[in-house]
Amino acid sequence: MATSTLTSEQPRGPRPRRQRSALLHRLDLRGAPYAFVAPFFVVFAAFSFYPLIYTAWISLHHVELASMNLMEWVALDNYTALWEDERFWNALANTFTIGVISTVPQLLMALGLAHLLNYRLRGSTFFRVAALTPYATSVGAAALVFTMLFERDFGMINWLLSVVGVDNVDWENNKWAAQTAISTIVIWRWTGYNALLYLAAMQAIPRDRYEAAAIDGASRWQQFRSVTVPGIRSTIVFTIVLSTIGATQLFGEPLIFGQGPNGITGGAGNQYQTLGLLLYEEGWKNYQMGRAATVAWVMFLLLILVFVLQRVVKRLRSRTSS
Amino acid sequence: MSRVRRQLRTRAVGAISAVAAVGLIAGCGGSGGTGGTGGGVKDGKVTITMGLFGVMGFKETELLDRYMKENPNVTVKAEVAGDEQTYYTALQTHLAAGSGLKDIQGIELGRAKEIVDTQADKFVDLSGIAGIDHFLPWKLSQVTTPDDKVLGLGTDIGPMAVCYRKDLFEKAGLPTDRDEVAKLWEGDWAKYVKTGEKFKAGNKDGKVAYLDSASGLFNAMIYGNSQQFYDKSGELIYKDNPVVTEAWDLASKAATSGLTAKLRQFQPGWDPGLANSTFATTVCPAWMLAHISEKAGPENKGKWDVAKAPKGANWGGSFLGVTEQSPVKEEAKKLIAWLTAPEQQAYLFQELGNFPSSQEALKAPEVVNAKSEYFSDAPIGEIFGAGAQEIPDEQVLGRKDGTIKDIFSQGLTLIESQNQSPDKAWKTTDERIEKAVG
Repeated sequence: MATSTLTSEQPRGPRPRRQRSALLHRLDLRGAPYAFVAPFFVVFAAFSFYPLIYTAWISLHHVELASMNLMEWVALDNYTALWEDERFWNALANTFTIGVISTVPQLLMALGLAHLLNYRLRGSTFFRVAALTPYATSVGAAALVFTMLFERDFGMINWLLSVVGVDNVDWENNKWAAQTAISTIVIWRWTGYNALLYLAAMQAIPRDRYEAAAIDGASRWQQFRSVTVPGIRSTIVFTIVLSTIGATQLFGEPLIFGQGPNGITGGAGNQYQTLGLLLYEEGWKNYQMGRAATVAWVMFLLLILVFVLQRVVKRLRSRTSS
Repeated sequence: MSRVRRQLRTRAVGAISAVAAVGLIAGCGGSGGTGGTGGGVKDGKVTITMGLFGVMGFKETELLDRYMKENPNVTVKAEVAGDEQTYYTALQTHLAAGSGLKDIQGIELGRAKEIVDTQADKFVDLSGIAGIDHFLPWKLSQVTTPDDKVLGLGTDIGPMAVCYRKDLFEKAGLPTDRDEVAKLWEGDWAKYVKTGEKFKAGNKDGKVAYLDSASGLFNAMIYGNSQQFYDKSGELIYKDNPVVTEAWDLASKAATSGLTAKLRQFQPGWDPGLANSTFATTVCPAWMLAHISEKAGPENKGKWDVAKAPKGANWGGSFLGVTEQSPVKEEAKKLIAWLTAPEQQAYLFQELGNFPSSQEALKAPEVVNAKSEYFSDAPIGEIFGAGAQEIPDEQVLGRKDGTIKDIFSQGLTLIESQNQSPDKAWKTTDERIEKAVG
C-alpha cells in the first residue's frame, strides 16, 4: 500500500525510485518474516482464540441452540450448577479411569513392542508399517468394528468366552466391562504409534552402551532396564503428555460404542460418559449451549491445572534432589 | 540485476501474503450468511436435495426414480440417516448455523412441536399448495403454527399393532391364529404382559424372550392417550399423568420378570435379534413392518404375523418440510406434494406398510384390502385401519417429546439391564428430564 502512494504522489525519477526500492528492501527484511508467520496467527485467531473467548462468553449465559440470538445473562450460575451436578463428577471420574486403563497398558505395550522391533530382524520395515496400521484407520471405523465384536448376543468376544464356558457379558451395560471395551479400542489404535516413537528414540542410543553392558554381563532384560529406558526417558514423558491430552478428550470411541441416544449419555446409567460426551449431551442433545460451553471451559481449566501441578511437582523434585 | 531479483522477490512475498490473507477471510466468511443447500438450477436442470431418516420409503421403493423419470429436468438427491436422533441433532446444528441444510428435510412427529415453536421461520409455509386438503385433520395441525403457517406435509402415521412369531407361539403352546391371539390381550395391555408369563412358562428355549424391549411397550401405552408428557398449555405433566405412571409400572414389571430380551429398538443388537429370532413379539407401529421384514430377512418370511393391539395408539409418523434457504422452493414444494399425494401414500403402504396420513389414501381399495406377504398374508389394511380408528383425535405435542421419550427408554434400560429398582430408575429419569428440559 505504501508503494502505491509513493508512485502516485511523487514524480518518477531516479532518486525517488532508489528511495522506493530501499523502502521495499527494508519492508522485505522486516516484514517478510511477519508475512510468513501471519497465516498461522490468522488461523489461530479465527479458529482457536476467538472460539475460546466466545465460548467463555456463552458459558455465562443461558442460551439454546435453536435460538442462539437470545442470550440471557446468568453470570457464573452454569459453573455452580456444574459443580453441584453429580453427572459432572461421574464424567470426570470416568474420564480418569478410562484414561488410566487405556494409557498405562498402551504405553507399556508400546515400550515392549519397540524393544522387539529394535532387534535386528528380517522384514523389519514390514513390522514397523504393520505396527502403524491401526493408527491409520479412522476412529469411527475402529469403534464400529469393536462395537460389533463386543456385542452382547452375537459378538465374537462373547462367542469366544462361551467356548471356554463363560456366560455372555453385557459389555455395554456393565460399568467396568464397558470401560474396558472402550479402552481396548484406544489401546488398539495408539499402541503402534507410540511404539514407533519409542523405536525412533531407541535407535538414537549409542550401540557401544549395549556392548559395554553386555561385557559387564548384563542380560537382555537388564540392558532394557538400565540402558534403553533411561535412554528414551524424554520420549516417554512426551508420550505420557500426549496420551493424557488424548484421554481428556476421549469422545468418538464411547459415542460410537453406545450408538444412538445411549452413546451420547455414555450408557443408560452414564457408566462410560466422559467429559467430552457430557459436553456433547448438553450441547447437542439438550441443546443447552451455555451449559455445554461451561463444560468445555472447565475441561480447559482442568488441563491447565494438571499442567501447573506437573510443573510444581517437577520443581519440588529438583529442589529436593539438589 | 540483483536489484531486479530483489524487487521480484518482494513483490512475490507481498502477493503471497495478500492472497493468503484474502483466502482466509473468504474462507471464514463463506460459511455464514446464505450457505447452500446443495440444490439449485443449472443449465435448466433442477437439483433438489433431501435429508431423510429411517425407512421413509421414497428412496427404498424407487418413488424418487419415478419422479425423475416423469420430470426429466429434475434430479433428486436424498441422504438417509439410519438413526433419527443422530439425524435430528445434525438438523438442529444446521438450522442454528444456517448451513448444511437440504432443500427438503424430514421432520419426525416427536420433534414437530419444537420445530413449530422455535424454527418456524426457517421453513416455508406450505398452506397455499393446491390439493393438499386430503390429509387427516389432525395430521397437518401438528405442524401448523398459531398463525396458520403449515411447516410440513404429512407422510405416514403410526397406528399400532403387535407383531408376533407364529412358530415361537406354537412352541410355547399359545394359539397362532391372529384373531385368537388378539383375543388373548383384547382391551388391556396388562393382559399382553400376562400372555407373556404364559409364553415364558411354555417356552423351553431359554434364549427366546417374549418381548424385545420394555420401552416398546411403554411407548405403545402412552401414545394411546391424547396427553402424554405435556398438557395443552405446555406444562410438563408426566409425573402425575396416570397414563405415564401406569405405562411405567407395567413396562417395569415386564422388565423385572424376565419377559424382555433386554434390547433397545433400532439400536445394535435389535437387528440381529430380529434375524436370529431372540424374541417372539414386538409392539409395532405400521412403519416398523418395513424394518422388521428387511432385518429379519427372507428366512423368517411367513413366520411373522400381525395381531390387533390391546388398545389403539399412534407412535410417530413424519412430515416433509421445505427450508427457507432453498433456492428451488417451488420445485421442492411440487416434489413433496407429489410424494405425499394419496396415490403415493397408498403405494408406500402396499410396498412397506407405512400407513397413510391421507384420508383419500385410507379409502383406497389397495389400502383397505392390503395384505402383507411377509407377515403371513396378514390383512394389514384392516388391522392398522382399525387401530387408526382408535387413535385419539387430538394429540397434544410437547417441545421436548422426543428427548423425554429417549430418557424414559433409558430409564427402563436401567431396570432391564442394570438391575436397578423401578423406584430408583424413576427418580433418575425424573432428574434427567428436569435437566434436559430446564
